[in-house]
This record gives sequence, structure tokens and C-alpha cells, in this order.
Amino acid sequence: MSMATTTMQPVERENYLNKEYGALSWLFTTDHKRIALLYLMSITFFFFIGGFFALLIRLELLTPAGDLVQPDTYNKLFTMHGMVMVFFFLIPSIPAVLGNFLVPMMIGAKDLAFPRVNLLSWYLYIIGGLMMLHCMLTGGVDTGWTFYTPFSTAFTNTKIVEAGLAIFVAGFSSILTGLNFVVTIHRMRAPGMTWSRLPLFIWAHYATSIIQILGTPVIAITIVLVAVERTLHLGIFDPKLGGDPLLFQHLFWFYSHPAVYIMILPSMGVVTEIIACFARKRIFGYSFVAFSSIAIAVFGFLVWAHHMFVAGISIYAALVFSLLSYAVAVPSAVKVFNWTATLYKGSIHYDAPMLYAFGFIGLFTVGGLTGLFLAALGIDVHVTDTYFVIAHFHYIMVGGALMGYLGGLHFWWPKISGRLYPESWARLAALIVFLGFNLTFFPQFILGYLGMPRRYFQYPQEFQVLNVLSTAGATVLGVGYLLPMIYFLWSMRYGKPAPDNPWNAAGLEWKTTSPPTTFNFEEEPIVTWEAYNYDELDAPRKEGVPIAR
Amino acid sequence: MLDSTLVGLHHEEEHHPELLHHFADAQQQRDSASLGMWIFLGTEVMFFGGLFCAYLIYRRWYFGDFGAASKSINAALGATNTAVLICSSLTVVLAVWAAQTARRSLLIGSLVITMLLGLTFLGIKGVEYKEKFDEHHVPGASFSFDHVPIPGHPDQYANPRHAQIFFSLYFIMTGLHALHMIIGLGLFAWLLFMAWKGRFTPEYHTPIEIGGLYWHFVDIVWIYLFPLLYLIDRHP
Amino acid sequence: MFDNFPLWPARASTAAGNVDALFIFLLIVSGLMTLLIFSALIYFAARYRHRRGVPAEQIEGSTPLELTWSVIPFFVFLAIFAWGAVVYFKSRTPPRDSTEVYVVAKQWMWKLEHSEGQREINELHVPVGRDVKLIMTSQDVIHSFYVPAFRMKQDVLPGRYTMAWFRATKAGTYHLFCAEYCGTQHSGMIGSIVVMEPAQFEAWMSGGSTGPLSVTGEKIFAELGCATCHRADTQGRGPNLQGVFGKPVRLEDGRTITADENYIRESILDPGAKVVSGFKPVMPTFQGLVSEEQLNALVAYVKSLSQPGATPTNTAAATQDNSTAAGSQVQ
Repeated sequence: MSMATTTMQPVERENYLNKEYGALSWLFTTDHKRIALLYLMSITFFFFIGGFFALLIRLELLTPAGDLVQPDTYNKLFTMHGMVMVFFFLIPSIPAVLGNFLVPMMIGAKDLAFPRVNLLSWYLYIIGGLMMLHCMLTGGVDTGWTFYTPFSTAFTNTKIVEAGLAIFVAGFSSILTGLNFVVTIHRMRAPGMTWSRLPLFIWAHYATSIIQILGTPVIAITIVLVAVERTLHLGIFDPKLGGDPLLFQHLFWFYSHPAVYIMILPSMGVVTEIIACFARKRIFGYSFVAFSSIAIAVFGFLVWAHHMFVAGISIYAALVFSLLSYAVAVPSAVKVFNWTATLYKGSIHYDAPMLYAFGFIGLFTVGGLTGLFLAALGIDVHVTDTYFVIAHFHYIMVGGALMGYLGGLHFWWPKISGRLYPESWARLAALIVFLGFNLTFFPQFILGYLGMPRRYFQYPQEFQVLNVLSTAGATVLGVGYLLPMIYFLWSMRYGKPAPDNPWNAAGLEWKTTSPPTTFNFEEEPIVTWEAYNYDELDAPRKEGVPIAR
Repeated sequence: MLDSTLVGLHHEEEHHPELLHHFADAQQQRDSASLGMWIFLGTEVMFFGGLFCAYLIYRRWYFGDFGAASKSINAALGATNTAVLICSSLTVVLAVWAAQTARRSLLIGSLVITMLLGLTFLGIKGVEYKEKFDEHHVPGASFSFDHVPIPGHPDQYANPRHAQIFFSLYFIMTGLHALHMIIGLGLFAWLLFMAWKGRFTPEYHTPIEIGGLYWHFVDIVWIYLFPLLYLIDRHP
Repeated sequence: MFDNFPLWPARASTAAGNVDALFIFLLIVSGLMTLLIFSALIYFAARYRHRRGVPAEQIEGSTPLELTWSVIPFFVFLAIFAWGAVVYFKSRTPPRDSTEVYVVAKQWMWKLEHSEGQREINELHVPVGRDVKLIMTSQDVIHSFYVPAFRMKQDVLPGRYTMAWFRATKAGTYHLFCAEYCGTQHSGMIGSIVVMEPAQFEAWMSGGSTGPLSVTGEKIFAELGCATCHRADTQGRGPNLQGVFGKPVRLEDGRTITADENYIRESILDPGAKVVSGFKPVMPTFQGLVSEEQLNALVAYVKSLSQPGATPTNTAAATQDNSTAAGSQVQ
């Protein structure tokens, strides 16, 4: 193993980064690791666009009057913030970056089952992204990311069809990624890598992929129907022509609820890997954690109308969906308990990835608990369509999914880039993100219960103090996100070269070089050990006996 | 060190020219392709599923109006198309068998006939669409559906707004199906080209098999569409 | 709490207390859960800090523990579900004899009409202690009628009626918000619910009204020629509407439905949808010929025909009115 030198650049072994140079070698690559980096760059770009919109929203909300931007502009801001963040950042993020990079390596394969389809996925994402960019630059959309009918089909004159088609194209990127993962996990596990030896990251991505495959086509067809109705003035969703606006809501939420599980499950997989590594022990209750991912995926398809409790559905339908929503909460709670139990009698290190994992558990717990409030019919009537809901889903998406993503980026950064990130800065960033996040979103729970509706650019005076607190938090949060951008880039040139396994972590990916070679493994691994074999990894070395794994 | 006879089986096995580098062996490649196509067809089921769902809901709500509208589309042409597609699935099965048993001429012939049947389907569809256009049943500005009696209730006329919903769904569903047919034809054109170049052998004809799966799926969607759209409330 | 910085919304309806009680219960449960988990995390993080020579103990799991912490939370969730369902049922079931107010939402204002005829824009005056039922529809897109102080919200849809009800318990002026995004001035579609002591409310009511909504409806009923076919006897081409509202109706296709507000509305706009058994489907549609407000008035009128003591004043008008469309059928 080469020791890191701190003066000159060490002589580099051939790896996936330096095997070929030039833009074409990247744009026509079929190497899952390069595609992961292509995604990393593109989704980071969209993250900052969505984040910029968020900044403008929070600035407008500093004052009760609508005085920063025009009403139509504000309506476009929150719509584009939602569409970009959901479809072009959160849904791809972990699967397309960390999943693409790690799934083949974790199971001992050379690549995904369909490398060219993988590249196609990225191109579809880019085409969808460019369409969305064009749409935003030429006027944008103002329907809210949920584009309810008949407003979106018969009243607004913004570019619904173009935005819808952009999402449609990006949706196929998501479907193909999911398809690729499922086939890879079924068919390309190395000899000895049984289902019960798979890292829980793989289980989480498997469950996510099922949702992507089964759910995304439904929003695709919904978008087609909206586009056709809008263009040809049909009446599928328009009551004036005999249609039903609630049919749209059912079709929309049938995908969009499972979509939130697409956004959170991979992050849970990341957190599981990090906790096992930094507590130096096997996850408590492996089977339960694995099956809870599948349970979330299945139950996640059964709860969509909890977004419609006041929309005009029958009381009996509401009862059914409320009950099922409580059922889906159980597997998530189980995961939190298992992570906590893993720390018991562990040997815990506080490196940056672990700090992000702690942050995830804390914030996801709060977000998940507030989901219980929303699932309660009597309370939902009061808080639905208010800032309470906004706070709830940001706790899960940002406090949960995004923190998991950042933690995963830090954890696997040495593997991906061959460099170490600066640890102190990383810990500082984690802290800033955690504090900024709570300051931004906790006041919004109160605002929601007070009755401040969502999608409002002007509000009664008595809501101002809480809004100001929230905006203050948002600026802190923004700083917290900029820091990793900066030091990750810095590390690519100036960071210490990373050893193959800087964390002494379990998992086949750590048996490759840092960065890995194009085909990952010199010889196909044969797995004869269980996952998370930290007892073996940490066993004191006996003279002359090499570490078996 | 790991036992090298167990590892790297692909070094020992003959490197089939069609075997892609990242697969351990041809069996893994075949199984992956097959599973991949089945999953893709699953996504297509969900895609069409949304439309079927919308259709079934409106059919229940506006049964009479939908019956009147359904009666006005040409069931004879629809039935002919059903027969055409079923035959084309037969020729697809024939093509797969031909590939499996190294019958190159039969393979090429079957692929050609399949495509001809597909084109026939699209042609008949075109005739149907023209009929609808001529009768002003295409949704939009020139749509009209006045004084059309509801089947079984000769004194009651269908509500044109509801009939327009039927036709909207009719055109979207059959149009989407036709689009998949066109894609299928493109796929088969490519398969034909490869077959003509002799790329398929009994050991390697995966594209024919998964192309066949796709074609069968398009056929099955039609087998659901036909009775749902054409045969509501029809009495001899 | 603080005037400019409230942390809890005003409580001004009977439902508010119920909702708050459940909310506080959930706050306590969540608080305890959070405390439990955070304490465990912090304690374990500190206690099991990495120390040289002290390896982690590999613990596979514990099925009894897993079952415990799955089943117990599930039962707690069931309890919350049940409590929430009860609160919801109550808030969704208007009491009989509620005062009715018709609401028409449009981009970007609320139009309200009391049954007694008073019209309001963006404001609703109600007395303390009275059950008020809102019968709402939209002229254009989906809106949502939201009064935080009453803990009440209901989406308002185009093409049909949705209902909500409340009983105000405290005089005062409370926010009314639109809570479903509806376009440019969604944030501006706000108003007030003015809750008054009963005496003041009576005073307010007596000032200026166009007459009861049902009387307005009766006039429209005559103007549009409805009386020609919907006579107060059995001779009409259409069903007699006396006492129809709220009762079961048998339809041509064998179904039996209840004649509620949505049924009356649908029968005016799409008469072929639900033809009453024994009648021919000859009623023309009034789609596009009546405004939402006129529809509300007609519905109010038909309802009034089911009130005890309702006199069929229209019969005289009907026999006098010989509309040419009626053909030669007499009496």
C-alpha cells in the first residue's frame, strides 16, 4: 500500500479517473463510476439553482408585504424551487451519484448490468434538465410543483407543457436507473454474495428502485394527460367539460407519495453504512432493517390520498388512508431504533460522516414524528396546506435525505476521488448545516399551526417574527452548503492522497484501490463472510497472519 | 490468495464475440437482458395503467354516454386488427424458434411478415381515425355528438361532453398504443438488419427474444383495449 | 401570547378545542419520543466513545426487542388514528338545522350569501353559538376555505358543492385564508370571519338584504320556466319537488340516491345523468344559462319546499304560465 507523501504528487496508479482524458472520454463513457461523477456535477448545478430560488423566497418573506418580486414571479419561484429540487436534485441524488458508483462494487461486479443504458439515463436527465432550464428562462411555471387542475390545464398561461415534458424525460432517467439496479442486484452478485450478506445500502437501493420502476410511469402518463388536455382543450380533468379535477390529484399523488420514499430510502441506506463503520459493529437487527426498506416501498404505494383529506374525498376513504399512513410509519421507526441500538456497546468515532449520520437521525426523527400529526385526520384538517407541512417535508428531505447524501459524499469521497477532505472543515460544515437547518425550519411548524398557508408571498403582520427567524436560518444553511462545495473541490487538487481503506470499513468497495480501476476488481471476489464483519477488521493482528479479509 | 481456478471463469470459457466485458459469462448476460426487458414491460403496464384507470372510472360514471360513443367506432375494423396482431405474435414466436434452431431464412421471413402485419395494423388504424375525423368525433373545436341515442334507451340522447371524454381517452389510448407499435416496427427493422447480417446464432439471439417480448406486450395491451373501447354495451 | 408574536392560534370554535387537545397529546408523545431517542443517542455516543483496546461488541439483534418496538408504537399510532378519526367525523358532520351560508369562490375573492339573503364579499358575519353550515363551490379553479381560529378547512371545487360547518364560541374577528393555490393573488384571497354576540348579529342582519335566498330562488324558478314541468301535483312532466330534498330518490337505472345539494345542482346542469324512475329524459340542460349564485338560490328554494309549512306558492304561477315549449299537454 502506498504511503501518502505530502510534498510532490505521488506517482499515480492507473485508475478510472486517469485512464483516459478528454471531454469525449467522459461524455461517451460507460463506466458506472464516471457516470456517477457526471451526475454529481449536474445535480450539484441544479441544487444551486433550486437553492437560489429558495433564497429569493425567503428574502421575500422577510416582510409581510409582497414587496421584493411581483406576485406572478413569486409564484414561479416556489414552483420552480419545488420542481427543480424534487425532480432534478433529490430523486436522482443518492441513487445516481452514490448508487451508480457503489452498487456494482458493493456486490463485487465490474459494472452495472446495462452500462450503456446507464449513460442513456444520464443523457435523459441532461435533456430533461435543459428543457427545464429553457422553460425557466423563457417564463417558467406558476402552478406549484403539484400543478393541480383545472388551474394548470385551463387557467394559467405559463409553460406547463414544456415543464411537464422536461419532467417526463427526467422521469425516464429515473426509471432506467431503477431498472438497471434491480437487474444488477439480482443477476450480478459475486459468488458467495447472498441476499443476507448484502450491505443494507444495497437493500435500500433495491427498494428504491422498485418504487422508481412502478411509480414513475404513473406520473409520466399524468403529465401526458395534462399536456394533451391543455393543448387540445379536452375535458378529462375539467369540470366544465365533464371531467374531474380529483382524478388528477389521485393520479398525481399515486406517484408523488412513493416519490418521497425514493428520496429518503437511499439516504437511510447511507446512514446505515456510516453508523456500522463508525461504531465498528454490525448493524443491530440486520433482517429487520433490510425488510423495513421493502415494507416502506410496499406500504408507500398505499397511502397517497393522505394528501387529499380536505380535497373532497369521502370520510371513509380518508379513514382508510389515515390508518395506512400510520402503518407506513412503523418501519421507519424501526430503523431509527435499530440505528440507536447499534451504538450500544459500540466503539464510536466522530468523523464528519458520523456527525452527518447523527444529524440525520435527529432531524429525521422530528420530521417523522410530525408526520404522525399530519396522518391524524382531525389535525390534518387544520394544518394541511400550511407551513406545518412545509416544515415536515423539509425536515425529512433536507434534514434527512440531504444530510444523508452529504454524509455519504464525505464517507466515500476518498474512494471516489482518491483524496481526503479536510476533516475539521467538514465537522464545522456539519455543525453549521445542523444549526442553520433547525433555525430555518422549526419556526415553520409554529407558523403552520398558527395558520399561515403555504404559497403565500404576503401574510398578516403577526407572522413576521417567525418568518424573519426562518430567513436568518436559511442564510446560515446556505453557508453550510457552500463549505463542502469549496473544500471538496480543493481536495481534488490539494487533499492528501487517500489510502485504499481510510476508515478500515467493511464492504467490497473498500477492497478496491482509491480511486478504483475501471473494472473495479482485479479478480472477481468470492465472498465467504457476513456483512459488517467489523470484529474481524478490528481484530488485533497476529504476527505473520494477514488480515483474512 | 484466492483460488484462481474458481475465479475469472471468463478467462477459461471461450470469449463469445457478443459477450459484453462486464458480464461473467453468457448465461449472466442472457438472464440480465431477459429480466431487464420484463421489468421494462412492468413499467409499461404502469404507464398504460394510469390511462386504463381513468377510462374505467369515467366508464362507470357515464356508462350510457360511453356506450353510445363506443357504438360509433368501427368494431369490425377493431376486430380485424385484433386478428392481425394475434397473427403477428405467432410470427414472432416463429422468429424466436427460427433463431434458436439456426433457420436463417425462416427467421428473416418471420421478421418481415411480423413487420408487414404491424404495418397493416397501423394502416387499418389510420382508416379508423379518418372515419372518426370525418364524423367530427375527434375532440376539439369541431367535435359534435348531438342526438345520438344511448344503447338500450332510444328516447335518451348521450351527453356530448361525456362522449367527448370517451373520444379523448380513445384517441390517447389507441394513439399511445400505435406509438408503441411504431417503436416496435423500428426495433424489428433493426433486428431484421442484424438477422440479415447473420449476427444471430443458437448461442446468441437475445435481441430476438427480448424484442419478441416487447412485441407480445404491445399485442396484449391491444387485447385489453379492444373489448374495453369497442365492445361496451353492444348487443347483436 | 405576545400580541405581535403569537405562538398559538386563537381558539374560537367548538372544534378548536378538540383539535388542540389531540395536538397537545401528540406534542407530548412526540416530545417523549424525541427525548428518549436523543438521550439514548447522546448517552451511547458519549459512553461508548472509541477507547483504545476496547473493541465494539458485535450484537446481532434481538427479535423480542424488535417486536416490542414495532408493536407498541403501532398501538400508540392506532390510538392516535382513532382519536383523530373521531375529531374528524365530528368536524365533518354538520348538525341538523344548521344555518346555511352559500359560498362562491372565485379568483381572487370570496362571495358569501346568507339564506336570509345578506350578501358579503370576503367577510362572513356569524353569531356566537350558532351552527353554521357552508355550502361552497368555485367558479373557476380549486380554492380552499380556511379559518385557523376554527381549525376548519375545506377545499372548494368547481363543478360541485363541498360542505363545512362550525360553531363559533368567541366574539372577535378572525382570519379567513384561501389555502389552495389558485393563481396570482392567492395570497390576497383573504378575509375575515366576524363573530358577533347574538344581539349585535341580529342588528347587523336587519340592515340591508335582498330577501331570503329561497325567495330569490323561487323567482328564478318561475323565470326559467321550471314550474311548467315541475308542478306541485302529479301531472307534471317532471317530478314534484315538494318534500324531495334530503329524501331517497329512485332512479331509472334502478339506483337509489339521496337528494342532496349536489344532486339538485347536477339535475339542473346535467339532467340526463340521473333520471328519476318513471319520467322521461326530456329536461333541457341549464349549463351556461345560470350563474353559481343563481344555482345556489335555486338549491335553497328546492330545500325550502321540504321545510314544514312550506306553501307551494308556485302552483298558481305554473298554471298561469303556459310556456310554448310545453306543447299541448294541459293541466
